[in-house]
Amino acid sequence: MTLEIIGIAVLWLFLYFYVIVASIDFGAGFFNAYSAFTNKQHLLTNVIQRYLSPVWEVTNVFFVFFFVGIVGFFPQSAFYYGTTLLVPASIALILLAIRGSYYAFATYGAKINHRGYIYMYGLSGLLLPAALSPVLAISEGGFMQLENGEPYLDYWALFTSPLMWSIVVLAIAAVLYISAVFLTWYANKAGDVKATDLLRRYALIWALPTIITATGIIYELRGHNFAHYERLLDFWWMFALSALMFIGTVFLLWKRRNYGTAFILLAGQFFTAFFAYGISHYPYLLYPYLTIYDSFTNESMAIALIIAFIAGLGLLLPSLYLLFRLFLFDKDYVKGKSDYHV
Amino acid sequence: MGLWEDTAFLSRVLTLLTLSFHILYATVGVGVPLLIMIAHWMGIKKNDDHYILLARRWARGFVITVAVGVVTGTAIGLQLSLLWPNFMQLAGNVIALPLFMEVFAFFFEAIFLGIYLYTWDRFADQRKHLLLLIPVAVGAALSSVFITIVNSFMNAPQGFEVLNGELVNISPLLAMFSPAVPTKVAHVMTTAFMTSAFVLASIAALRMLQGSKHEYHKKALFLTMKIGLVFAIATALVGDLAGKYLAEYQPEKLAAAEWHFETSSEAELILFGVLDGEEPKYAIHIPYALSILAGGLPSSEVIGLNEFPEDERPPLWIHYLFDTMVMIGMWLAFFSLVFVVGAYRKWKFIQAKWMSWLVLASGPLALIAIEAGWWFTEVGRQPWILRGYMTVSEGATGSDQVGLMLILFTGLYVILGIGTVVVLTRMYRRNPVEKELALREEQKEAEVE
Repeated sequence: MTLEIIGIAVLWLFLYFYVIVASIDFGAGFFNAYSAFTNKQHLLTNVIQRYLSPVWEVTNVFFVFFFVGIVGFFPQSAFYYGTTLLVPASIALILLAIRGSYYAFATYGAKINHRGYIYMYGLSGLLLPAALSPVLAISEGGFMQLENGEPYLDYWALFTSPLMWSIVVLAIAAVLYISAVFLTWYANKAGDVKATDLLRRYALIWALPTIITATGIIYELRGHNFAHYERLLDFWWMFALSALMFIGTVFLLWKRRNYGTAFILLAGQFFTAFFAYGISHYPYLLYPYLTIYDSFTNESMAIALIIAFIAGLGLLLPSLYLLFRLFLFDKDYVKGKSDYHV
Repeated sequence: MGLWEDTAFLSRVLTLLTLSFHILYATVGVGVPLLIMIAHWMGIKKNDDHYILLARRWARGFVITVAVGVVTGTAIGLQLSLLWPNFMQLAGNVIALPLFMEVFAFFFEAIFLGIYLYTWDRFADQRKHLLLLIPVAVGAALSSVFITIVNSFMNAPQGFEVLNGELVNISPLLAMFSPAVPTKVAHVMTTAFMTSAFVLASIAALRMLQGSKHEYHKKALFLTMKIGLVFAIATALVGDLAGKYLAEYQPEKLAAAEWHFETSSEAELILFGVLDGEEPKYAIHIPYALSILAGGLPSSEVIGLNEFPEDERPPLWIHYLFDTMVMIGMWLAFFSLVFVVGAYRKWKFIQAKWMSWLVLASGPLALIAIEAGWWFTEVGRQPWILRGYMTVSEGATGSDQVGLMLILFTGLYVILGIGTVVVLTRMYRRNPVEKELALREEQKEAEVE
């Protein structure tokens, strides 16, 4: 295994974690807003806040980790992606900033319960995946040209491309699906029957669009980047495994049992699909300009980064375990028996 | 070409704006955990509820500032690649390591801050809860160390060689420990602790000016002023070392700051004044002081600005920034010394109203000094983004939408700034310390029964 592969595998793994924890966060905001809209807010707010409050900052760090890591391991990606992504990434940053600070203001600070804010918070949770997902479309190539050595983005081609819109729809559907499945499990642990029922329904509703758009994208790729499409087919067995786990999750939700297992299956479903997609993208970071080989940093930096990464994980994993034990797997905390907020 | 089309200029303005906004929150974010820790520890040791409550109320306000610090920090982290892609492509090869380590420190802080905030009273032993704060304070301090290391590299790049336009022989560790690191890191840390102490002192003074006579505020005031004094003195000492560093490694910055044109020994320090051509007017001249600042002796030679080609000189207006920073620093050290000595000896005027006004001013003053100091250090290395290797205009993005982004982010920071102030004042006004103390008394009595 070369250093390049280790580098990209580490980053891909962190991106996967971000996708899962951010989806829970973004989706939770949306469900909270939707339930306020339908006057069921009292059912969900407590469950959602109890989970999100201690972890929202950690969620954010996964994102920072990914973009700092990619610039560290693949400095050339800063040149291509940095120049072209100014507008979409800035919009995502602004949404992220408003969302994060609003959450802190409202829950730790002023206890604002104004509906306008709740709707805005919910909506931003849907806009964010939409703003971040064009990156995946751009990485397929065809939307970026070089002009006098400077890359620039062809917005017209991007915004009229069915591929980009399918990715946006998939991102939104997946966010809501992942979030609903997780929160069903969490609400069930809290012994909150009404919240569990409501969230279970949301999970089942969003399962279908998720799987349809995911399949649709493979079809879109056929027209857009045939070489990538063919490589995707090489990994059909990973997608088949992913589909099986999807069926497992839906089955368990339908039968109202083993919500914990249902969530683990969901995590597995996205893990296999995410990695199958990533491996088939190999060796390109940006088709056809940038491969992981020509953009890779020098060897001494790569080794230093990997050592720092291993040392960092040594600190991180036990700390994350402590965090989960205190808030995710602690029955009294989950049930909200006592409020220990500072 | 108008300024509105000049992407390098606009990128500079946007970076300046983001960083200037972020450092206010970041400074407080680095310093306040230590103060919370000290107050919490004193509360346990002295068995004094006032200090425990102090820690608790500071922590509540702290979360709000951390939240804004996190989101603006995320913004600047990504903006580095968005606005300066050419720079990041080059520097990423050499300086990615501390950037990467900063994220781990940040991770660590985020995890334990979440735990600290949500486990108040959860453990029977208060000391266990206090232990959770150590990784928060250490993580916050370490992330400031690592990010300052990145900045030091930009001021004194090393750890690589350039061969035919390619970077070779890269040594990540050498790049991390550039000569600028010791003074810069020490200066950033001490000023962060100092500023946080004075900001919290300001809050206590404000409550006393508003008429609260409670013992709690007096304790808060005395504690924070003591800590402020310690770090103000440390800041002054480190500042002196930083001056010597500049004289040795970045003489053009020091020369521009002091309007020192001709290389000479026995150089005088220029305070205030305005520049007319090469002649400072209305300035106070302190003989030998610059030589002493630069080399420790009146006979030390100080390199003048004329030694540098004109297009490599920093702008001369950084003199005002330098003066602002130094004057505020000196004043805060002097003032806190008077305050602490006066409080020990029970001098009457410490209780006077005008004294409270002065304390109230110290927090904002320290924040102004932080801004002035960073602007001085950053503008002072113009025209370089990577001193000696890459100019700012070579590092900037080629995208032509920076102007629009500048408007959007300005709007964002206005909203966040107003939001912070509104939420913090509302939070403390609705729940004054008197009310909270009374509530605690009730709870205790109920427990006894």
